[in-house]
Amino acid sequence: MDYLRQFWVVSVKDLRAEFRTKEAINASLAFALVILVLFSFAFDAADLEEAAMNEISGGLLWIAFAFAGTLVLNRSFVRELPNDCLDGLIAAPISRSALFLGKAFANFALVLAVEMISLPVFGIFYHVRWASQFPELLLVLVLGTWGVTVIGTITSALTVNIKLREVMLPMLTYPILVPALMSAMQLTTRLMAGEAIGADTGMWLKMLIGFDVIYTSVSLILIEVVLIG
Amino acid sequence: MSAVAVEGVWKFFGDYPALRDVKLAAAPGACLALIGRNGAGKTTLLRILAGFSRPGRGEVRIFGGGPRETETRRRIGFLGHGISVYDELSALENLTLFARLYHLPEPERAAREWLERTGLTRVANGLVREFSRGMRQRLAVARAFLHEPSVLLLDEPFTALDDKAIAVLQGLLRGALADGKTIVMSTHQLREALELASDVALLSRGQVAFHGPRTPEMVADPGYVYARYGEG
Amino acid sequence: MPAAKMLFLYAPAGFAAMLGFVVAVAASVLFLRTKALRFDTLAASATEVGLVLLTANIVAGVVWSRAAHAVWWTWDPAIASALVCALVYASYLMLRRAVEEPSQRAASCAVWSIFCFLDAPIVVVAVYRWRSQHPHPALWADLPAGWPAPLAWSTAGMFALAALLLAVRLRQGTARREQDLQRRMGHTI
Repeated sequence: MDYLRQFWVVSVKDLRAEFRTKEAINASLAFALVILVLFSFAFDAADLEEAAMNEISGGLLWIAFAFAGTLVLNRSFVRELPNDCLDGLIAAPISRSALFLGKAFANFALVLAVEMISLPVFGIFYHVRWASQFPELLLVLVLGTWGVTVIGTITSALTVNIKLREVMLPMLTYPILVPALMSAMQLTTRLMAGEAIGADTGMWLKMLIGFDVIYTSVSLILIEVVLIG
Repeated sequence: MSAVAVEGVWKFFGDYPALRDVKLAAAPGACLALIGRNGAGKTTLLRILAGFSRPGRGEVRIFGGGPRETETRRRIGFLGHGISVYDELSALENLTLFARLYHLPEPERAAREWLERTGLTRVANGLVREFSRGMRQRLAVARAFLHEPSVLLLDEPFTALDDKAIAVLQGLLRGALADGKTIVMSTHQLREALELASDVALLSRGQVAFHGPRTPEMVADPGYVYARYGEG
Repeated sequence: MPAAKMLFLYAPAGFAAMLGFVVAVAASVLFLRTKALRFDTLAASATEVGLVLLTANIVAGVVWSRAAHAVWWTWDPAIASALVCALVYASYLMLRRAVEEPSQRAASCAVWSIFCFLDAPIVVVAVYRWRSQHPHPALWADLPAGWPAPLAWSTAGMFALAALLLAVRLRQGTARREQDLQRRMGHTI
């Protein structure tokens, strides 16, 4: 129970600090919307057949989510730099994995919020019916976003002391996320096209879950080394 | 049992030894002033004591436990160069947060009490971002003392403090010593530190050049230890 | 078919690259256990050698693809997953250059090396599954008779090349550490 309490205190702290300034979430939301708008100029959504539109919907959405998400995730440990606040957290008698999990969860909530706002906008711009299988879509969003969040949070911790942090982070996070993003894109495309998650697509779901489990475990184990050395 | 024991500690940055075979101890209730030139390793040693980094060789113990253990960290109060409080939160929110992290039974009450002891009650709900420098430093002190730590680790605490903050801090440190707490303090402000210190250690290029009780000669001439044991 | 003989370059380079990455992750884990910097140097050298060989693998694949199928890139699952893995390990090398302090660099890179290594099999499985949904010309299908033996020899030769490159890099890395230490010592006098 102590662990949960510590996790919750850290999570609430991050969320409260973010809602005071709203810097990251505003930038992230704006970025997601800009990507969606920009893409719609590449082709005319009205002219595109529904089948073709469905093919690209998964890819487009997750590119928007991944790119906009990193704006939130990058700040995760960077927000502890001013005033040496990270020292205060490391000195505190809390488990480092609870610290990591608390931050990851706060990030997750923020990125998921951006995604939930972007979805209706996407539906409107591209004439896509995204709500047809909403519970399954929500599951994919949750699993995919958690994968992106875990990698984004751990890389934020890894790069917190680096000068070229902003430049480094995209190069670190995106390649390693390829399997997770690929799975999320495939699942999202199928769900938006109205297909149920069957034996065929079930394997993507398993891959996504596997990715999440593996990287969450490894991050929880290694966070102490990352923070203290 | 020593309150603070440093046993044969080496710290490497790459292959370079920043601390070499450092052996120090502070008895419970002692106030150890850690002096030395810039780059001697004072901050490195304090950060190892506080658990922010690990020694390459050797061990540190705080009341017998290592700083990696949660129980031990509960007993340590650290005041470093940064104030370690959040600009976007209010003074009260900051202290309540740390009270919760340190598992105090009544977090908000403890937070308010320490706001009062550091003279910040009036600005309890103000955001730290808007505080003056002296107020920020007093809040940092409140954060360090909040959970009644048995061992206080202070890295150049008097540097860049205004008079009011120095007075508050000295009062709190005297009170802590009277309560039997242990203090390890690195400093350039020899006069303020030597008034409180019971023991002095001089670090020179990562090694302990001198470690012993504070003597009247040191109080009379703060530069005495440097002249006698340092490189001048 | 002459272009198919690119296999003797393509496959061994890929296997040797995998060997390099296995050595790298083993060295990283050893570093985390012992905190001895020589393991960090080994991990970095092994990753560099692995990435060079993986690049050779991809280039061989591109040349082969052009010769055999008249297109530069076929999204064959082997070469596509090689490309993603190359990007992942390139990120490791970028991280190495970005952290200046050697102990911090060693610790961060050891962690990241483990992350990269765990990703490789997941990437391979993902890309193969993705491609199984959309058939495209593959680089090669079956191994003709008489090819396994030369392939094994080529692979052994490539392993030897990898070991040589690793030894050279390791020597350079160790000398560099010596230099850095001398320089740092010099500053404090």
